[in-house]
Formats: sequence, C-alpha cells, structure tokens
Amino acid sequence: MTAYNTVNSRAPRLDAPAKATGSAVYIDDIRLPNMLYGAILHSPLAHARIHHIDTSKAERLPGVKSVVTSKDAGLIRYGVSPARYDETLFCHDKVRYVGDEVAAVAAIDLETAMEALSLIKVEYEELPFVLTMEEAIAEGAPLVHDEYLRNIGAEVHHEFGDVEAGMAECDLIRTDTFRNKRQDGAFIEPQGCIAEYDASGHLTLRSSTQSPHYVQRTIAMVLGVPVGKIRVIKPYVGGGFGPKVAANAMEMAACLMSMKTGRPVKMGFTREEVFLHSRARHQFVHKLTTGVKKDGTIMALKNECYLEGGAYSSFGIATIYYAGSLLGGPYRLKNMKYDGYRVYTNKPACGAQRGHGGVVARAAWEQQLDCLAEELGMDPVELRLKNMMESGDVSCNALKMNSLGMRECIEAVRDGSGWSEKKGKLPNGKGIGMSCGFFVSGAGFPIYRSDTYHATVSIHVAEDGGTVHVYTASAEIGQGSDTAFAMIAAETIGIPLDSVRISSGDTEFGIDLGAYSSRQTVMTGHATKEAAVDVRRQILGVLARELKVDIHEMDIKNGIVIFKHGGVDYGGLRARYIKEHRGWQGLARGKEPFTFQEAARIAYLARGTIIGKGKYKPGDLGGTHKGAAVGTSPAYGCSAQVVEASVDMETGKITIEKMTDAHDCGFAINRTSVEGQMQGSLSMGLGEALFEEVKFDDKGRVLNSNLGEYKIATSLDMPNVTPIIVESHEPYGPFGAKEVGEGAIMPTIPAILNAVYDATGIRFRELPLTPERVFMALRKKKEKSE
Amino acid sequence: MKTLINLKINGKPYELAVEPNKTLVDLLRYDLELTGTKKGCGTGECGSCTVILNGKPVNSCLVLAMQANGAEILTIEGLKPPVGLHPLQQAFVDKGAIQCGYCTPGMILSASSFLKKNPSPSEQEIREALSGNLCRCTGYQKIVEAVQSVSVGQENDGRSKPRSTTFCEANKND
Repeated sequence: MTAYNTVNSRAPRLDAPAKATGSAVYIDDIRLPNMLYGAILHSPLAHARIHHIDTSKAERLPGVKSVVTSKDAGLIRYGVSPARYDETLFCHDKVRYVGDEVAAVAAIDLETAMEALSLIKVEYEELPFVLTMEEAIAEGAPLVHDEYLRNIGAEVHHEFGDVEAGMAECDLIRTDTFRNKRQDGAFIEPQGCIAEYDASGHLTLRSSTQSPHYVQRTIAMVLGVPVGKIRVIKPYVGGGFGPKVAANAMEMAACLMSMKTGRPVKMGFTREEVFLHSRARHQFVHKLTTGVKKDGTIMALKNECYLEGGAYSSFGIATIYYAGSLLGGPYRLKNMKYDGYRVYTNKPACGAQRGHGGVVARAAWEQQLDCLAEELGMDPVELRLKNMMESGDVSCNALKMNSLGMRECIEAVRDGSGWSEKKGKLPNGKGIGMSCGFFVSGAGFPIYRSDTYHATVSIHVAEDGGTVHVYTASAEIGQGSDTAFAMIAAETIGIPLDSVRISSGDTEFGIDLGAYSSRQTVMTGHATKEAAVDVRRQILGVLARELKVDIHEMDIKNGIVIFKHGGVDYGGLRARYIKEHRGWQGLARGKEPFTFQEAARIAYLARGTIIGKGKYKPGDLGGTHKGAAVGTSPAYGCSAQVVEASVDMETGKITIEKMTDAHDCGFAINRTSVEGQMQGSLSMGLGEALFEEVKFDDKGRVLNSNLGEYKIATSLDMPNVTPIIVESHEPYGPFGAKEVGEGAIMPTIPAILNAVYDATGIRFRELPLTPERVFMALRKKKEKSE
Repeated sequence: MKTLINLKINGKPYELAVEPNKTLVDLLRYDLELTGTKKGCGTGECGSCTVILNGKPVNSCLVLAMQANGAEILTIEGLKPPVGLHPLQQAFVDKGAIQCGYCTPGMILSASSFLKKNPSPSEQEIREALSGNLCRCTGYQKIVEAVQSVSVGQENDGRSKPRSTTFCEANKND
C-alpha cells in the first residue's frame, strides 16, 4: 500500500468556508457598472408559423436599449452534436414548442425589459402539433422539422455478436416494456449569465455553465466572433447535473445584445424558464428481450428504445447511443442488439442528465434480470455474480474493463445490508431489492470531432515558493472537482494542501471540456498530475544542478525536500534565501530541513517563473463501429445497491427506509466527496423513481414548472445511505481514480423497483411510483385475487 | 410610490425607501448587496432564501420588504462571528455537508433557528426542521450529520470546535 499525505483523505473542501458564509459568488450575485437587464420572448404556441414580428413599439419604450430577433442574430444553425445542428438563436420560420425563443430585449432594468416583451407583436399561424411519441411517429403526423419523416430525428441500429443464435441457446426468454417520465434537473440555482463586450472588441461571458469550452465555441460559431476574442468565466455554480453543459440561447442573446449596446447585459432564467430551456432527462420507452440459460447465464439482449426528445436534438444524439451502448455492462454478454429512435415532439428539448442515456435502460433491465432470476429460482445476487465482468474483460461492444470491482461491490452490499437474512423473509408491505450499475469515466471523444486535448492544466509556482497555483478551465459545479485537483497537485508535488490555490472554470486557463460524462477526475486529474510532475521535475532539476545531487536522490514530502542519502550541504542556498528575506519571521534556519519554499525560490532565480504544464487525451479506446465514440471511455465505474422499502398497502405510499450502496470509484481522491456524490446520486434516483415527472397540458404547456409541484426528494424522503467505497485501482486513472458523479445514480431506480416488488408482488413498468399509481395497482391485484 | 421602512439587519439599523412590490429577498440581495441570501425559485418552494425574521426562519421571497418594517433580520452574513466560523458553519465544512452551496445559507439559518428552539433534537426532528430547504446535491445525510454534531450532548469529532455554550454565544446577535 502506498502511503499518501493528501489524496484518499477526508480533507474539507476548499470552497466550503466561502459557501458556508454566503461569500461565494454565483452569477446572480454579480453586478457590473452600467449593466443592462435582458429578457426573452417565448412562443405561446406549441407549433406555429411566424408571419411577422413587429418590435417597433418595444424599441420605442423608454429604457429599452436593444431588441433582437433572428434578423439581428442571423440564421447560423447550432446544437450540441454537429451531426444535428437544428437550432438557430431565435426562431425565424416557425416556433416548435411553448417557450421557443422568438426575440430578446435589453433594458435599464428588468421591469422595463419585461414590459418591452409585452409590446412585441408576433403574427403566428397555428400549426397542428405532436406532444407524445406515439402521436409523433404516426403516419401523416405534423412534422416538427420538415426533413425528418415521422419525426424520427435520429436512429441507431447496432448488433454485436449474433442475437438470434444466442436466443436459440436459451432456456428462458422474456420481453418487458418499461417507461419513465420526462425529468427536470431541478438544480437549486437557475441559469444566469452576464455578457460584457468591451471597446476593444473582446467578449466576456460569465455564465452558470458546466462547460465554458463548449459555450465559448458555440458563441464563436453562432455570432461569428473569433474564439480568441471570447472569454467564458464560470463563477460558482449552484448545481448542474447535465442540463447546464450545452450553450443556451440566453447566453448567446446576452452576448449579441452586449455587442450591440456596448454595455454589459445580465440575464437569468426564472424557475419556469429552467423547465422550458434546461434540457434534462428524456422520456424513454425500452422494450427489452433477454434470454438466459437454466444456470442463469445471460446469453442475449434485444433492446428497442424510443426517446421523446422535444423540439430540438441538443445532446440527444449522444443520449440515444448511450441508451444502447452502456446497457450490456457490467455483465458478460456476448450478443446484444440495439435499435434506438429519437423522436421530435412539440415540447421543450431534452438533453443530458446525470447517468446520461443509461438510467432508464438500467432500471428496465435490472428489473427484468430480477424477473428472470425469480423464474429460474435463483437469488438475484447470485444471478449477477454469475454474469458480471471482471478486470480485463472486454464487452461485446468493445468497452475495455481495465479495472472493475463489480464483485467487491455486489458482495459489499449483500453483506452490508444483511441481504441473506432479509431477502424473501420480510413481511407483506416490506421489501428488499438490489441492482448493479455501470457508467463511463468520461466520454472518450469530444462532442465535436477533434483530436483536441480534453484537458490542459498549468501550475504556476509563486516566485516566493510558498504556494502553487493550479489553473484549469474545468468546471466546479458543486461536485468538488477543485478540491480534488488541488489534492492531486499537493500530493504529486509533495506539499501540504494549504499551499495550493486553484482557479478554475475560465477559458483563459486552458482547454477543458467541462463537467459532463463523469470525466473531470480522470481527465483533468491526469492533466493536473502531469503539470505537478513537471513542477516537481523543474524545481528538483535546479536543485540537482545547484547542489550536485542526482535528481533521483531527492524527494519532496509535506513541503520538505528529502535528500535520500543525507549529507547534502544546502547552507549556501539557504543563505541566499535568508538574504532575500531580511526581517522576515519564520524562515527555516541552520540545520533545519530544506523547504519546498526555499527550493522553489532558488528554481525561480535560476529559470524565471516556474510553470508546470499538463495535458490529457485518451489513448486508443477500441471500437470501430459507427457510434463507437459514445460509450467508449478510458475507464468504467460500477456499483451495486440494496434498497429496503415499505409500502403502505392501503394508500400506496412508498417509504424508502434504507439504502446500502457500494461504488467502485477506482481510488477515492477525497473520500468525503465520493460519499457525497453517492448520497446525492441516490437522492436524485429516489426522486426519479418516486415522484419526478414534468407534466404538460394538451396545448404543450408545462403544468408543474415549479419546485412545489415538481417534487424532488426532501430531507424527509431520503433515508440514510450506507456508502461503501470500493477501490479497484484503475491503471489509467490518476492515482487509480475513476468516476462516481454520474454512475452512482444507476442502481437506485431498479433497486427500488425490485424492493417494491418484494413488498407488494407487483412489477411496475412505468415511473414514477406515485401513491396513486401504486394504489391503483394494489387495488387491481386485490380485485384479481378476490 | 416608495414607503419608508426601518429595520435591523444583522444588528445594524437601516432606514430605507422601498417600492410596495419589493420582496425582502430582492431588497437584501439587490439593494443592500447581501447576496449570501440565495434566490432559487422566488415562490417559497426551495428555501434557499431563508432568513431569520424576528427569531423565525422565513422564505424572504414571500415577505414584502414593507412587511419587514420594524423587524430584526439575521442573514447568513450576520451569522458568522468576527473571527472564524459559526459552529454550524464549521460543522457544514467539516462534515462535507456542502456541495454546490446554493442551499447552504438557507439550510444553515434554518438549522440555527431550529437548534435554538430544540438544542438536542433527534435525527427525525432535524429532518423535519430542514424539510422546507431543498438540496439537490447531497442527499441531506451529511447536512443532518452536521446539524447533529453541534447539538447539545453530541461529542465533537475534534474539528468542529464549539459545544452548546459557544453555539449560543455565537448566536447572540440574532
């Protein structure tokens, strides 16, 4: 076992004191001199042709400084995946959902901007619209985008192995169809931004984004401003979970209006607008057919999936691939067929949310595996142990498991939950269920096709040597990445954590693709480690020359330079340092150990400012089939979970009583943060399983665009979680680390479903498990048995 | 038409002219630049704008500034003692109860007000007291642990310094 000084500890987060005292600055806390306030005009109709937009009255309103429509913005098409750029900044020919952006206004205050919006007259011609997948794919249905027949915006067809041959060998085959409901990210901070275009033609956008890099590129493309003239800065962000990754129209509108007025423009979503624009989890319908042998060996899986995507593609191209490519793992499965269809509807667009694309597929399949286990008379734990992959395995779709602690996770939750004493032995109304999970540690490829580095990091050593400053464009959005990178830098250089500063979330600090696909710890972590190694090498290199000691004979630990064989006279260097600091207190003197601070100063005197540089992009990841880019990752995380639930057999109300969760994060850089990601993921999964559903009326308007009626888990809904950290030491992860942020949500919904079945004898194939849905099912079951 | 109101915020008296439709959260955040009070929904559902008004936690987005005339208000900025952190703030830091931090000020104020009423609560009582403050990041467990750790009768883990006496002292200005 390697002994570490900083990583693998429970170091308090660096940003916690600022957040605890209210001094941490989020986007809405910022005010710039001479700032204007912007607002967006939304379509009131789900589908309509725009005949005319008259902004003249709005422009004449005193206090209004800018009114923009597609005429000002141009018609450059953008989106997330270059394969489906299907949006323009403002609608020009038609509107495609209630909320679609038609125009924007900037004024001296928000009230004036809102009044101006009401003065913009838009002539619409209402068009027939489609709100459900079934309506949308029907023959002759109105088209959301003319070029996509039956509103199928994207489809994927994959087959690995030979599914028919695999099925032919099976003793038991079953088919189940499962659906969830559209979800909202429900982060507590609504998105906001401030665009500032200065007199020299540079554009600075402060935004509550998860990816300054993608926002910078999208703005550059849409507004025709060179990338080098755009700086995107992310202040503290109040949660993201996926919907804050993609550039949004508000950010571009603010930039456009700042460019037109020469004044900073601030804009922010109301909570209602978060529901309209934030592009969270799709609705999925999965039809799964799985074949097993008598001994429980899973032989083949057919996965047919429809995704309701709303009016635009956004992240949907990746979503549709993920809904297929991640399902087979963490099991050894030789034959897998996937047919996925993403369907446009006249509703707000969906995109990425925690566990991107995989959460509902996982829920459907892990419940089906339980059904199969029951039919085979096998314990669900045994079925999973029998089929799981191990380190070194490669899935049928070319995903390579360099490390996979699946067995450790399953055994940990089995033993940690008292599974064997409880399974099948709980009274009516009480149940226990388990599931496994599986997810990427970072998308292996960027969203646009490129050989770009996924992360570059630089570490600047203060000229006085006392601190090092890590610069990264990665996005701290609450998950604790800043602290993790500071810990990696401290450990690698060999200095205490409080000698490290970190500045992040700014496109000036390097390239970083941002906080999505559970990528930052592996990718930015690698780049940070490489930069730290570079710092160390430069400083020790100077010492080696000055002291005539072999560089390999030296080490740095806890801020002290260690000379492995002793007997090194550093008195001369120390004298130089002391001479430069006459009158200073607390300097190391005499025979005291030689400090990193002294060494770094000496290195600066020899070489100028010491800057360590690091970069990362994945190596060859395998997979040559079309779409292999979505699902391949340098590493894979896995997890297992046991849930205990009780169901009120009279009212249908479900209470989750206990959750035992084990996650293989490779190696915990910060143990408290890993647990925090596990517990937070589980609470999001619990909400999705039990309450969360964005509802629409028959005109396509969101009915519950508020946190009162769109219910997320409260402190009374979440039980305590027993978090078990499994460390499989990923060979390609920094210090062996891989993901936890997204993958941890994977097993929660199916474990709940399986526990509810154990409690009630009812399989639910539609989420969420509201008391009403459970009550109706209980009643139906009772009627049948009478 | 603006109306003149007098109120005390974090122990400091203010005389302010406010519009009749101005909410307390907007007054605090945008007029007085006390931006530690967060605004997550504006409709009283998320609890991130919680402040202590005359000793009771309220959603400041549901209080009109005019209604706060004559009131004493404590915001997150007023909870912090001149040196170091309030015991609850320290406990939130030490226990990993903070992720994105957007719910944190409201959560800490709700907890501080609750602990004054009930200094040695059960876990369930803490969960009930915080159920009006939504958190999407943490799953609440570490928040509950942080609040428990500063309850009377709880052994400290050595890092969150103070016990109940210090807790009350640090709270004396609310």
